[in-house]
Amino acid sequence: MTVLDHRNDPAAAGTVPGWRPGATAPRTDPAPLLPDPEPLRVLGTPAADAADPALLRELYRRLVAGRRYNQQATTLTKQGRLAVYPASTGQEACQVAAALALRPDDWLFPSYRDTLAVVARGVDPLQALTLLRGDAHTGYDPRATRTAPLCTPLATQVPHAVGLAHAARLAGDDTVALALLGDGGTSEGDFHEGLNFAAVLHAPVVFLVQNNGYAISVPLTRQSAAPTLAHKAVGYGMPGRLVDGNDALAVHAVLTEAVERARTGGGPTLVEALTYRIEAHTNADDATRYRQAEEVEAWRVHDPVRLLEDALRGRGLLDEELVADAAERAEQLAARMRAEFHTDPELDPMSLFAHVYAEPTQQLREQAGQLAAELAAEAEVHGR
Amino acid sequence: MSTVVSEQHGLRTGTMAQALNLALRDAMRADKTVHVLGEDVGALGGVFRITDGLTAEFGPDRCLDTPLAEAGILGTAVGMAMYGLRPVVEMQFDAFAYPALEQLFSHVAKMRNRTAGKLPLPITVRIPYGGGIGGVEHHSDASEAYYAHTPGLHVVTPATVADAYGLLRASIASDDPVVFLEPKRLYWGKDGWDPAAGVEPVGKAVLRRPGTSAVLVTYGPSLPVCLEAAEAAKAEGWDLAVLDLRSLVPFDEATACEVVRSLGRAVVVHESAGFGGAGAEIAARLTEKCFHHLAAPVLRVTGFDVPYPPPMLEHHHLPGVDRILDAVARLQWEE
Repeated sequence: MTVLDHRNDPAAAGTVPGWRPGATAPRTDPAPLLPDPEPLRVLGTPAADAADPALLRELYRRLVAGRRYNQQATTLTKQGRLAVYPASTGQEACQVAAALALRPDDWLFPSYRDTLAVVARGVDPLQALTLLRGDAHTGYDPRATRTAPLCTPLATQVPHAVGLAHAARLAGDDTVALALLGDGGTSEGDFHEGLNFAAVLHAPVVFLVQNNGYAISVPLTRQSAAPTLAHKAVGYGMPGRLVDGNDALAVHAVLTEAVERARTGGGPTLVEALTYRIEAHTNADDATRYRQAEEVEAWRVHDPVRLLEDALRGRGLLDEELVADAAERAEQLAARMRAEFHTDPELDPMSLFAHVYAEPTQQLREQAGQLAAELAAEAEVHGR
Repeated sequence: MSTVVSEQHGLRTGTMAQALNLALRDAMRADKTVHVLGEDVGALGGVFRITDGLTAEFGPDRCLDTPLAEAGILGTAVGMAMYGLRPVVEMQFDAFAYPALEQLFSHVAKMRNRTAGKLPLPITVRIPYGGGIGGVEHHSDASEAYYAHTPGLHVVTPATVADAYGLLRASIASDDPVVFLEPKRLYWGKDGWDPAAGVEPVGKAVLRRPGTSAVLVTYGPSLPVCLEAAEAAKAEGWDLAVLDLRSLVPFDEATACEVVRSLGRAVVVHESAGFGGAGAEIAARLTEKCFHHLAAPVLRVTGFDVPYPPPMLEHHHLPGVDRILDAVARLQWEE
């Protein structure tokens, strides 16, 4: 018998001044924070029978349009009309269902792969692509739809969501913030710091990790040794939830619950959605160097659009009218994208100097003058 | 930037630390959206006591003790500013601000620009900075060049008690993000000042001492040593002017050029490393703009290009009167 065999002996606690130094709140029971052993699934289960038909149809239309959007944007990169596009094919359910769980006055903090979530917030689908076309960093007014700019530096948007939610709570406003990120982003310090702040501040914020298995080429096993990414929540003192990210109804249900919990003073939640990035990281990536074709095929079968179609069919809701309507809307969107992006944008070079500061510095005014002179000289040459 | 006035009237005598504290207090009284957050800013009042009493007066939500994570603090401030608050962040020491650099460079500095003006971030990042207080490793960095090199940030550093109050009020009132660098070694220097005197806009240099021979161009922690050097230079027959830039961004080129053109000789003085430092930029600009008025190259007196030394050696690193006068002597006085 060693001294360690006496651990948890109640007699040992007698002389300690507090159960832990600096703690004023009662100890948190970790058990309710733990994620379920299996991700929540609704589609294909009896629970799907209770789903609102209007929600099912809405999700279906948006998923079909989202898939077409991904295809068209990828094609546009091949034609040189977009600088780069990180497709979310296979992840449509995560993005759309999560965004639909928010109220219009909530805030979304997306990462660069989350254009479908941004569009689901009401941002114009073409304006959502200016970053990736390369004509403007953020083509939409974030305040108009309460959608933060697409965030490229990984997980740095996480503390932004926390700060906004914290400020809203202080103002007595029941706004909730939702931050989206990927599995790779959970390795970043900002993820850790953001979740820790959220829990300490009891901020009304929800974190959705779309675990698509790969951070560009690096698989999850090289990213984290945690039992699941959702388990990380327990260390911060918030619940972790696990959901099938290709199951739009399950994502919607879990996010709705987490958002409601945040809204009613329950604090933050971390949700891990299990999904798969069917396409490469971007058009510049070659996924065959790090993934097996069989793995991709298996996930193609567990497809978010097909899962939803099956459920609609099972409920007798997948009528010709719905299918035709969804397809037509998707084609109209694709046609609009082609028309817009096959036209060169008209850009004002002098806009370089706009919005650096509220008022430009003397140095910026001089540099603007320099560029204006260069443009005038250029125009003169072309004029001849 | 708007002019702001203290609720407290009349001439006062106090330290820079007290002036900064009053500036925060007055800003929080005047504007409910001003929130202070940082490490130990609550019950302790900050390790330098700059936030002393703020939690007592405004409550723990307005002056928030945060977890110990600088990127988290600044990232949270970004979200608070997006909601409509005016956060004032305290970084505990210069070198401890580095974990927040990604938030500062990629978001705070760029958000106005990357949203075409839709999301300006009126955040003030206060950083106790520089050496000369006997601080051990990582407590004495002069880090201004990193910030001044990043478009989108204003970089302000007070050198007097009155400026500590006025520039901090102006920085908090600014709709642009401001890195507000507080020279640690000047925190406890006392001076008379009038909080109600009004505040000049950020971006105006001020001539602290007129002169006829040459000008010492400086800012923040190096102002007192420049004034000391100017005094000592009288014995050598030099009448040195001293120009306090007060902000590196905006850089008051007009005032600096006016003084340099009139005197023809200039030395730029700062304690941070010389290579790639603010002095290199200032000297280059003064040379470009004032070349035909110059009797000698614009010289620089700076800290050496070494990691900040242990405190028992820091006096060899920091520019002192002798190093400044040596530079003045090299301004080609011979006919």
